[in-house]
Amino acid sequence: MEAVGSVLREYGCEQSLLSRPDGSATFLQGDTSVMAGVYGPAEIKVSREIHNKATLEVILRPKTGLPAIQEKNQEQLIRETCESVIIGSLHPRTSITIVLQIVSDAGSLLSCCLNAACMGLMDAGLPMRALFCGVTCAMDNDGTITLDPNFRQQKESRAVLTFAIESTERKVLMMSNRGVYSATELQQCIAAAQIASEKLFQFYRDFIRRRYSKS
Amino acid sequence: MKETPLSNCERAFLLQAIAERKRLDGRQTYDYRNIKITFGTDYGCCIVELGKTRVLCQVSSEIVTPKMNRPTEGILFFDLAISPMAFPGFEMGRNSELSVKLNRLLERCLRNSKCIDTESLCVAAGEKVWQIRVDLHLLNHEGNIIDAASIAAIAGLCHFRRPDVSVQGEEVTVYTPEERDPVPLSIHHMPICVSFAFFQQGIYLLVDPSEREEWVMDGLLVISMNKHREICTIQSSGGIMLLKEQVLRCSKVAGVKVGEITELIQKALENDKKARKEGGKFGFAESLPEKRITALKMEKSAVDTTDVENKVEKIILDAEPPSRVISKPVVWTEGTAQIGEGQENTWGQLEESEEDDEDEDSAPESPNVEMQTTKKKSLKDDVTMSDSEEDDVVILQPERPSQISH
Repeated sequence: MEAVGSVLREYGCEQSLLSRPDGSATFLQGDTSVMAGVYGPAEIKVSREIHNKATLEVILRPKTGLPAIQEKNQEQLIRETCESVIIGSLHPRTSITIVLQIVSDAGSLLSCCLNAACMGLMDAGLPMRALFCGVTCAMDNDGTITLDPNFRQQKESRAVLTFAIESTERKVLMMSNRGVYSATELQQCIAAAQIASEKLFQFYRDFIRRRYSKS
Repeated sequence: MKETPLSNCERAFLLQAIAERKRLDGRQTYDYRNIKITFGTDYGCCIVELGKTRVLCQVSSEIVTPKMNRPTEGILFFDLAISPMAFPGFEMGRNSELSVKLNRLLERCLRNSKCIDTESLCVAAGEKVWQIRVDLHLLNHEGNIIDAASIAAIAGLCHFRRPDVSVQGEEVTVYTPEERDPVPLSIHHMPICVSFAFFQQGIYLLVDPSEREEWVMDGLLVISMNKHREICTIQSSGGIMLLKEQVLRCSKVAGVKVGEITELIQKALENDKKARKEGGKFGFAESLPEKRITALKMEKSAVDTTDVENKVEKIILDAEPPSRVISKPVVWTEGTAQIGEGQENTWGQLEESEEDDEDEDSAPESPNVEMQTTKKKSLKDDVTMSDSEEDDVVILQPERPSQISH
């Protein structure tokens, strides 16, 4: 049960690529790609408004066919993650809508969705108490942890765990899992995800620095 | 969120500009915006950008039973979904007029023009045929959705490869991409829609209207044509009367535009094919602009997770051991068991629980509960009669007068 050095696939991001939404981003992890569009704070129907904070809505659109249970579940996971970092009380009685479009799925989809959502929220300039990133870990039969697995690795693994990690204290905001694992393995995955999140947050930092650089 | 309508002065400004033969983005009357086609890693996946309008296309295939009246023909299915990402006015789940109109036009352009050989999609007559599903997602609406969608659909269909099948007697085998190379669809021709917007009752004409121009236009003429200059569909909407000369002139312009666009699609397909053949990089990751300030890419990066184990050991040592105590199971009645600190079911005994709240020191031990329930069963008829009045409770329970009197 040794956790060897793991590799994150190449990742990339582009912001403000769509003209209509308030914030937009596309996030790529290897061949996995998700596009996010954020509208908000905007007006809302009276029936859906919350008097002391903004109403957050997440829409996840699959590439083929209509959204099914799985998409609804992931929507909810992403919504709850975003809700915990967005300071909604600054914009009461408004709506914030995050639309995520799956462009291609080659493993670690949920973590890519989370990253795209965070980048989109940043681009929209919404107040957040922390940033967050998504990290997926796959565990083999012999307990080897693979970070950011591709489709094949994910399929062959014994357990797949996805974490949302916030940037200030590297705490776990959300986790979603499939498969069987022990408490020790869970802790290992969390620790590995926290280390991987350092890389991602450094990427966020470099990205924003580049974007707001003068030259 | 409602869509922001166009103000009167914006409308007047746009119309004045059009009358002066000027367009806001500096284009000439017959100019198209820039078209960019990028293919994804999957077969049949592409993104088409027409200026800032963006459409994502994914083609997929499935074996289904054919329609009764056409047992030897494959099925083509189109679905143009306007994503809520595209513009704020769009509401989810409602089949808006716009999306119905666009879907119908797309079907007429691609299915009814018989550009795909549906008979080649037949696996076993009357039993199994391929259903080709074309999913189009509008990601950003900056005008002229139909042109972008038709380019995306035909580019996706040309790019798509379906799994190879073989039929031996009754048995149908579908091969995975590893076993046999997937086969492309047989495409007879490539119909492409070209939109013309008319202003001031047909005095002015513009090709490829932008979103702003669509707001002020009086009528729209969509001509779907292939590069052999055969018209596949023609549709005029908005209720303007067009002269014969206007329609003929439009079809001439459409012929030129379709030729250019077809060439572009073929070039893009060739580039993608070459990249795949040479084992080079392809897909959306490669199309990420490098020089743009709003984009950044990182190469593969190793993450050192060697000290994870030590860290974990520490965490687990620090953590309190999980409680392994499982108290002896309590058997209330035969065939039931209970572990932990639960109590007996108190459903249907609402009145008693209310009463229990009143005397604070009542923590009914398990043997007591049974006693109480039997006692209360006898009282039950009276209790239901009067559940809100406290005075009645006093009458019913003369053995506890001191507790209720306070």
